[in-house]
Amino acid sequence: MFPFLQVVVIVLAAVVALLAVVAALRDEQPGWSLVGTLAAVELALLVQLVIGLVQVAGTDRDLSTATFLAYLIGVVLVPPIAFVWAAAEQTRWGTAVLAVGGVTVIVLVLRLEQIWAG
Amino acid sequence: MTVRGPSGPPPTTRSGPGRLLIAVYALFAVAATGRSVYQLSAQASEAPVPYTLSAVAAMLYATATLALVRGGRRWRQVAWTVCAIELVGVLTVGAASMVVAFPDETVWGHFGAGYGYVPMVLPVLGLGWLWRTTDAPR
Repeated sequence: MFPFLQVVVIVLAAVVALLAVVAALRDEQPGWSLVGTLAAVELALLVQLVIGLVQVAGTDRDLSTATFLAYLIGVVLVPPIAFVWAAAEQTRWGTAVLAVGGVTVIVLVLRLEQIWAG
Repeated sequence: MTVRGPSGPPPTTRSGPGRLLIAVYALFAVAATGRSVYQLSAQASEAPVPYTLSAVAAMLYATATLALVRGGRRWRQVAWTVCAIELVGVLTVGAASMVVAFPDETVWGHFGAGYGYVPMVLPVLGLGWLWRTTDAPR
């Protein structure tokens, strides 16, 4: 679909998950590097959303469009929801929520690619 | 692992580790709901039983999420019940899927292998967490 962008998203989301796990194990609050990387993931996902919408509109091949759109839009919601849910619990467990968010983004982007490939 | 702070009150079901547990429960509520909606709308006539199981799993995850968020005595009873049903469900469906060839995966098929075995671990953690927070403020 747009492999370069997806590699960027997956790498950034993996960094989020890694930083979050390390911070949670050390019982530290999420640092700016973690929050910044999460914001970068969201930015990349928004770009992916726009590109994805344009590509869906422009394709005429057989695609499970509803499923594709559900993943395309759904994945954009993950970082903000994870952030809000994590921010309300300022312990290592809140930080660990960000790791779950990072892993979730990776899984959803991989599925998105599979759905696009058909 | 410190669940209870030295001075603070015992945790509610949504604080501390509960925060993480609820996040994963909510994620699976969404995932299982999405899967069952897709399966029931697209392929229900092909294999109604596994797809209905996905829908049941989705409802259980959603109920567990809500119950753990709300806490309180009644909701904790709901959470105990739902987590127990989930555990029985994933064990039963997991075992059945080893014997009978299901035409398509359900969330609980092969003990949740398609979902990183999280469906197998989740009810155990849920029950453990409810047990740990038994003295939580009602």
